[in-house]
Amino acid sequence: MANTDPYAGERLKLSPFHPRQAELNIRDSWAAWNGYKFANYYYDAEYEYFCIRNQCGTYDICPMQKYEIKGPDAEAMLNRMVTRDVKKIGINRVAYTVWCTEEGRVVDDGTIFRLADDRFMLTAGSPNVAWLRQCCYGFDDVTVTDITDELAGLSFQGPMSCTVLRTMGFDGIEEAKPFDIRHFPFRGQTLMISRTGFTGDLGYELWIPRQHALELWDALYAAGEDFGIQPYGEAATNMARLEAGFIMPGMDFNEALQTVHYQHDQTPYELQLGWLVDLKKAHFNGRLALVEEKSRGPAWKLVKLDIEGNWPAEGAIMYNNERCSREIGYVTSAMWSPAAKANIALAMIRSEYVEGELWAEIYKAKELRQYRRMARCKSQTRPFWTPPRARATPPPAY
Amino acid sequence: MSRYDAIVIGAGHNGLTNAAYLARAGLSVVVLEKNDYIGGAAVSRELHKGWTYSNCSYVCSMMRQAIHRDLDLSRHGLILVPYLGTVTFGDGDKRLMAYHDEQAALLELKRHSPHDADAMRRFQADLTRYSQLIRKTLMRTPPDPASLRPRDVREFLFLARKFWGLGEKEIYEYVRFFTMSAADFLEDYFENDLVKAAMASPGIIGTALGVYSPGSAYILLHHVMGDVDGSIGAWGLARGGMGAISQAIAGALREAGGEIRTEAPVQRVLVENGQASGVVLENGDELRARIVVSNLDAKRTFTRIMDKSDLPDGIYDKAANFKIRGSSGKVNIALSGLPKFTHLPDNRYVNRGGQGFAGSLETMERAYDCWKRGRWSDDPFIESVIPSAWDPTVAPAGCHWMSNFIQYCPPQLADGPWTPEKRDAFGQTVIDKLERYAPGFKDLIVHTEVRTPHEIENEIGLTEGNIFQGELTIDQLFFNRPFPGYAQYRMPVKNLYMCGSSTHPGGGVSATCGANAAREILKDLKRPNTVPEDDFYDE
Repeated sequence: MANTDPYAGERLKLSPFHPRQAELNIRDSWAAWNGYKFANYYYDAEYEYFCIRNQCGTYDICPMQKYEIKGPDAEAMLNRMVTRDVKKIGINRVAYTVWCTEEGRVVDDGTIFRLADDRFMLTAGSPNVAWLRQCCYGFDDVTVTDITDELAGLSFQGPMSCTVLRTMGFDGIEEAKPFDIRHFPFRGQTLMISRTGFTGDLGYELWIPRQHALELWDALYAAGEDFGIQPYGEAATNMARLEAGFIMPGMDFNEALQTVHYQHDQTPYELQLGWLVDLKKAHFNGRLALVEEKSRGPAWKLVKLDIEGNWPAEGAIMYNNERCSREIGYVTSAMWSPAAKANIALAMIRSEYVEGELWAEIYKAKELRQYRRMARCKSQTRPFWTPPRARATPPPAY
Repeated sequence: MSRYDAIVIGAGHNGLTNAAYLARAGLSVVVLEKNDYIGGAAVSRELHKGWTYSNCSYVCSMMRQAIHRDLDLSRHGLILVPYLGTVTFGDGDKRLMAYHDEQAALLELKRHSPHDADAMRRFQADLTRYSQLIRKTLMRTPPDPASLRPRDVREFLFLARKFWGLGEKEIYEYVRFFTMSAADFLEDYFENDLVKAAMASPGIIGTALGVYSPGSAYILLHHVMGDVDGSIGAWGLARGGMGAISQAIAGALREAGGEIRTEAPVQRVLVENGQASGVVLENGDELRARIVVSNLDAKRTFTRIMDKSDLPDGIYDKAANFKIRGSSGKVNIALSGLPKFTHLPDNRYVNRGGQGFAGSLETMERAYDCWKRGRWSDDPFIESVIPSAWDPTVAPAGCHWMSNFIQYCPPQLADGPWTPEKRDAFGQTVIDKLERYAPGFKDLIVHTEVRTPHEIENEIGLTEGNIFQGELTIDQLFFNRPFPGYAQYRMPVKNLYMCGSSTHPGGGVSATCGANAAREILKDLKRPNTVPEDDFYDE
């Protein structure tokens, strides 16, 4: 066989964890994320979901974009870019945030890790290189480096996650509060562990230079063996994050810079992320538009729905009455929640209708035949799944 | 003397469910439990420090999602985790893996028989069709066939419409199905002995029937008609053990203002002027109530805690003759590690789910023959699961416990009553069989709890240790359960109701009997209904 692959240029990149993950991807169910080969699921999506809720599991976040932002102007630059006040983020703390266009439309969401006074890591689901360069205009002393390929990230979630990390000898990890960062020596390297995640459960994210990724994997899986450790993919993540009420780009919001149709993107207020917008801090991208929107009220609201019956409302159109005489919105994500035992969804509803009756028009196929049902929905503010262990410090043993 | 709107006797999961719905309707309710713990047969106890057994029932599939959702049991701490990877052990080195993945399952069946791999699709479709019809009745009160009351007629028409909707051939097959044996039913589909044995095993669990006994086909259906999150036939584990189900329901009950009294065994139901009016506890305390609900089985209710003279003619005899034969044992074993079964791949998934030590139809029938003669088999059918491989809360890290359900175990032995020595000898045959399939098993044992029908009856109060509170044969099902004419949860004495598995739809941790009874009680008391409708009608 020739040693040059004529299709090499078209093949997906492999994550540093790929050798182990490929071994466990028994169903060969692969998807892609930012050019990386990435598991949809490994063995069974529901099984993997339950590992997150019952035991523990790992999720490869190497394809997530990571930027190191450093220099005396780093804080000012970020503060100009994102909606939250970066000054308030302490060293070794993480903050979830969004960043907007001048029109106050969400470009992307992500997390900011403050590693020093003048050093940050920004994570994002999609590439933000061009946007970051624009945001640096006017700031002389800041550098942005894409470290996605150098820094391996492994999300480690589930009620047993803390116990496993302690078994590995990371003493004191139990004292890390949500959004805390801790550093531990690991095989001559520094392993960074943040108490963060995208599942709404107890969980951590582990960060290590790429070349040590497999050592970390092997140590974690050796310690996790007795605690049901299992890799999980996009399918299980999507279930867990929806139960937690977290939003997903490309599903619940459309990234502003990729939006073709007028206002088919969203503002933080529409996404019910007003708590991320700090209008008291100095000027930032989109501030004027957001000040105006806050006083006027958003045109749409992303609401959490508890839907009667058990038909998942994926893609359902929303009405304010059972006869479907007025369309008031659409479902963005929906599923049957095994943990909450409820038929849950996120839906974009025109604000003036949020308080009234809500009906979803749901279609479901039964042996190729399509059926339709109108289901009454209740909107709720509480996430569908919020176990106390997700916030407790130290977390309970299981 | 205390006075309540309702007294529920027995804090099993159906009694708690019944009480929760009555309390939600604003009634003052007390649940009386003889033991110092609640849950009945849905119970988890730590008998050896660090290990929590599901002492009786061990897996869950029939729990109605509508009730789980309505009582908000997740908020009260209940999470049901489906488990995968059941292996059926045949004679010799034969193994059949039940893979969850359709393609993997097909390949595994093909390894045994290409014919059966194909036939499995027809089998699953037929079984699903049968179970859907039954599932529609689970949260409905059976109609009285001798009644012309509008609601009975309406209910009959509802059922008739569903039944006639099946198609002519399916109707004939369905009627035939109810009187068939599991083995005969399977004979229509499969050729491979191990496939047949694997599929037949749900047909004997908990019943005093053999795989060749008429009626065992329905038992099979009863065990596969449940679901976990809509996946019909799937089985789940309750995180923390089966007791977590009872605890969660108790949480919902207490939140609604209900009361639970443990160590409060009922001696007698008080009947005055032909109406139940309260209970007398064994300690002599008297509790009064507008209604009394028994979560005990039919035999125990009418022959143990009621005066024969308070009952209308014939009821005592009906109860005494109620078919409630004990046939099962349970051996719970705490282990210092995960057992390794021979002739199985070292595979993180298949080694950890359920194990069915079935052998063959012949092996199972021989075990039944022993039961008939009042002995236990030295090669019994065992259905096992290792909950600790799935649930980190029930054993110390790296340690495990194995739940072994044994079919058959006689309630009375031919050579005299059960003794602790005989109980342990029975347990030893189970351990010996497991050792044959997993060499080194014995070295892992930390603690063992052996439960014959004798223990199950004396601790839990199930007559003869029958796990269903009465056989699930057609003469005791649906409008015949527990007795013809009394299938609507109202008993022959006014203001006396039943809410346990002796009533429709029968055994299993489903919470339906308790919920259905609550709906009927609230109707009689002219209270608004608090019981939800089932939500799986249009699957």
